[in-house]
Amino acid sequence: MEDLIIGGRRFSSRLFVGTGKFRSNEVMSRAIEASGTEMVTLAMKRVDMANPADDMLAHVRRPGIQLLPNTSGVRDAAEAVLAAQLAREAFGTEFIKLEIHPDPKYLLPDPVETLKATEELSRMGFVVLPYIQADPVLCKRLEEAGAAAVMPLAAPIGTNKGLVTRDLIEIIIEQSRVPVVVDAGLGAPSHAAEAMEMGADAVLVNTAIAVASDPVRMAGAFARAVEAGREAHEAGLGARSRCAEASSPLTSFLD
Amino acid sequence: MFSSELEKYDWDATTARILAKTAADVERALGARRRSVDDFMALISPAAAPYLEQMAQLSRSLTEQRFGNTVSMYIPMYITNSCTNSCVYCGFNRHNSFQRVILTPEQIEAECRAIRRMAPFENLLLVTGENPRAAGTEYIEQALRVCRPYFNNLTIEVMPLSMEDYERLTRSGLNGVVCFQETYHRERYKIYHPAGMKSNFEWRVNGYDRMGAAGVHKIGLGVLIGLEDWRTDVAMMALHLQYLRRHYWRTRYSVNFPRMRPSESGFRPNVVMTDRELAQLIFAFRIFDPDVDISMSTRERPEFRDNIATLGATSMSAGSRTEPGGYETYPQALEQFAVSDGRTPAEVAEALRRAGREPVWKDWDKVFD
Repeated sequence: MEDLIIGGRRFSSRLFVGTGKFRSNEVMSRAIEASGTEMVTLAMKRVDMANPADDMLAHVRRPGIQLLPNTSGVRDAAEAVLAAQLAREAFGTEFIKLEIHPDPKYLLPDPVETLKATEELSRMGFVVLPYIQADPVLCKRLEEAGAAAVMPLAAPIGTNKGLVTRDLIEIIIEQSRVPVVVDAGLGAPSHAAEAMEMGADAVLVNTAIAVASDPVRMAGAFARAVEAGREAHEAGLGARSRCAEASSPLTSFLD
Repeated sequence: MFSSELEKYDWDATTARILAKTAADVERALGARRRSVDDFMALISPAAAPYLEQMAQLSRSLTEQRFGNTVSMYIPMYITNSCTNSCVYCGFNRHNSFQRVILTPEQIEAECRAIRRMAPFENLLLVTGENPRAAGTEYIEQALRVCRPYFNNLTIEVMPLSMEDYERLTRSGLNGVVCFQETYHRERYKIYHPAGMKSNFEWRVNGYDRMGAAGVHKIGLGVLIGLEDWRTDVAMMALHLQYLRRHYWRTRYSVNFPRMRPSESGFRPNVVMTDRELAQLIFAFRIFDPDVDISMSTRERPEFRDNIATLGATSMSAGSRTEPGGYETYPQALEQFAVSDGRTPAEVAEALRRAGREPVWKDWDKVFD
């Protein structure tokens, strides 16, 4: 399996995981371990930055893992920029996952504010990974604004519905010059495998692992699905056959 | 810039990769949801020859899905055959002695009127040789201004320009740029283009990046079939198109596969492409990129053009004269190449209608410029 490079950093695992919704930090920690992930996202709003011994942070920080602080909770670009600066100070990383969802019900990302914040944070030297709608034009605009990767949603956050936006994500993968990380809505390992088979560079999974009966085993299942999907993509999938014989051949004029 | 992307692909290795494609590779390419350049290589390979009929069906259905039952009509206008290059295969080669013509604004306007009298063309392709001093950007800009009132859509096929010049011409009403790379074989390119500006491979192959960066609405690519192994050349062109789409995604693209025709140069083609192979290439390109405009000039015979118009081609010229002033001013001057389809635009339009295709003369309006 080829390595993935984002923001100058090399990743051999293409599964990124989130840290929300776990029943305990201890279970979360074991799930992270089982997932084999090298990129873990965590919400700034969850971390007690005044307390260096914050329990959640202690469970996430470990060698070989890139922390990906996210701005969940902010409502516009200005707040996102502030949150990113705090994150850089607290964690000493330029990586930032931009999440700007002013809508508290479906948590759908605001494309206008996300583009603005990406422009500004890229200028400030951040490695920006914006969470966005599966909108191919927006992805190109973000790429031009300096995004290090794009993170289109498969389905609204937490719905476990799988690749609802499949056709649009296919277009994004075809056109993109930066890595495409399918984020949000992947509810089962088979969904993750499908995204990887399509050519996604990575997937980010949180809810499906955190709320499984056994999050640790589920994390392992996702790890194997992501690897299998990527392997299949690199190996070149066979296609469904499409055969038809015309009664009056279209090419007889060439005879 | 594309030249650095191109460096990743070795010519001979690419040729070998195409020739090694098997029937299984072709079937996989035909059945895929989306096709990669690797799939494209399978479709143009000798292994795909037995699949021609299937490819024709798929190409037709993709073309109808995207373009409907229409063919966009355009006409070229050569405004000068003055040229400082010495391309060994071209009638305009500076060593060929014949009368060089640079049409005046008045003559260009007379050509515009003659074309409009002939047929309701709205898409004009302005063509020049390469003589930056006698017929440079300023001359081209002036020609665009003269043509603007007569046509809604103006494309140029001229020497590669700087980004600033493309921007400047776009402000003067330019919609599209066509430029043939001729061949992507970096070393052999120098043999065909020994002197003049055109001998600089990098300047030419990176010209498309400059067009894209300047915001040109439509970019046309092409290789001249008859110089190098056509399969390898068009595979490089497919890579180029994919690269351009990713970088300059607001632009539309067209492709062209001119087969070398006899010209004043007396150059004999190194490789000859059969009609079947040209058809295979057109189908393969349509299957690889369903959105690309495939253009078919009067270099090809009427029967071939009429059939291909229903199977993959989406724009066509008709009534073309390939000499400067050919419509009105100097009907006898030297042509760049000999046309094979000498029918009038009305006859071509009628043939298209009989084949179930609507010739579309106007598909742009200058108010959108």
